[in-house]
Amino acid sequence: MAKALIRMPAEAKKGEVIEIKILISHPMETGYRRDAMGQPIPRHIVNRFVCRYNGEVVFQAELFPAIAANPFLSFFTVATDSGEVLLQWTDDQGHTESETVRLTVV
Amino acid sequence: MAARRRFSAFSAALLLLGLAVSVSGQRPERGDEIPPEDKRSGYHFISRETQAMQDDDLANPGSLWVLEGEELWRKGAGAAGKSCADCHREAATSMKGVAARSPAFATRAGRVINLEQRINYCRVDHQQAAPFAYESRELLALTAYVGHQSRGMPMRVAIDGPARPFFEAGRTVFLTRSGQFNLSCAQCHEDHWNQQLRGLPISQGHGNAYPAYRLEWQTLGSLQRRLRNCNTAVRAEPYPYGAQEYVNLELFLAWRARGLPVETPGVRR
Amino acid sequence: MDPVVNSPGEGCRAMGSVSRRQFILAAAGGLALPPALRRAAEASPETAAAAIKAILGEARLHQGRVALDMPPIAENGNSVPLTVSVDSPMTAAEHVRSIHIFAQENPLPNVAHFALGPRAGKAQVSTRMRLFTSQTIVAVAALSDGSFWSGSAEVIITLAACIEE
Repeated sequence: MAKALIRMPAEAKKGEVIEIKILISHPMETGYRRDAMGQPIPRHIVNRFVCRYNGEVVFQAELFPAIAANPFLSFFTVATDSGEVLLQWTDDQGHTESETVRLTVV
Repeated sequence: MAARRRFSAFSAALLLLGLAVSVSGQRPERGDEIPPEDKRSGYHFISRETQAMQDDDLANPGSLWVLEGEELWRKGAGAAGKSCADCHREAATSMKGVAARSPAFATRAGRVINLEQRINYCRVDHQQAAPFAYESRELLALTAYVGHQSRGMPMRVAIDGPARPFFEAGRTVFLTRSGQFNLSCAQCHEDHWNQQLRGLPISQGHGNAYPAYRLEWQTLGSLQRRLRNCNTAVRAEPYPYGAQEYVNLELFLAWRARGLPVETPGVRR
Repeated sequence: MDPVVNSPGEGCRAMGSVSRRQFILAAAGGLALPPALRRAAEASPETAAAAIKAILGEARLHQGRVALDMPPIAENGNSVPLTVSVDSPMTAAEHVRSIHIFAQENPLPNVAHFALGPRAGKAQVSTRMRLFTSQTIVAVAALSDGSFWSGSAEVIITLAACIEE
């Protein structure tokens, strides 16, 4: 499955507050559902998300089963210097995915 | 004097008849009696928030399947090691309009087939690979990707020639009561569209946004999955996936939705 | 595909929220509570209050400065959009440290914890929630001066019209 879709500007003015949007592919299985046989389907969710801008953490999230499937997040950050914006998420089975986006600050 | 009166009465009757015929125009076809100006996609029966999800590709979870489909399009598969792109090149060109004209009669199959079946024919015949199962990640991704190439185009399926008997069979399914509730598709989607059912408005049942991301499923699903839900809803036993009854019904629905835009991948509740 | 046993909205909607005291009194009075009501008792505002207390510690919770943008009616509890914003200049001296979202009637009241800081620029986060039933959503913001502020909003959850597979 395609990991995620990200939308953020490729370029920004120094000091500009930019919005970062991400749509992550993940079923976010709550652990409260049961299958056709009545057996509980185990919980499997993305529980941690972090955004690092040139290595520094600018946003973090702890997610719970109450976040809808294929989690959507939108948050803001200040464009300081050109560099790399790393978006990384981990699920409760310890599996980590990430995407890096280049940001040019003028 | 009497002759002239008879003549004028007769011509008046002719005039009235002529007027009646010209005013009534086309008589609506059975199963397709919603006036053209009232024909609306399911998009108009969902909440504003759900509409917003569909409108923005970033917010639309269906986009994830379109992306996946794009990757699969370029990936070699099967004993032949060929990818879709090897024959069809860029999907944006070669697949434009395909979903808008599906289902369609296929000579090699001798019957009307839908997009899923068309893709599987390619899988088996040209890639020498096993067909994908309905609701598999791969088949959903490819139908979402191919369907997406027709986004915005008006639906326009052919129902003439060899497709005609399948179309009529599909119309019969649409009009036939079934299940413990003894309801036909027409009773909800022709007679009671926009009326409330358990607090939410009934759509016209067009299917022009499929495969669609349904909030109820929390995933993308095919039109047949949705049709099977309808069967269950009236407490009728669903046909198996790929049943000709569904494909015939898909053809009828696509004709009934003619002129409405393809919205694949749509978002529905 | 799979029938959801704990389908959102059913049963609990009519019951509303049940305080622990009401639950104990009812049990003492020998009333047998239906499972749906018992479930509501597990996920009462008191459980959410405990979750909020875990964030606050001994600090006081002020009402205000936190706005929740959420539709008043959501046609499916599986995906309800939410935007939380906090009135703050987001400078190094004065900013929002974190935002915490709680769904009072969910089996587990925690929805998400967001950690911000002066580099956020704007104290606003959007996401989509999964809500078990009609309820109040509470957002708590922890500010850099050590104070806590909260806002809330109500949402009604409708089911899909037809029973699925």
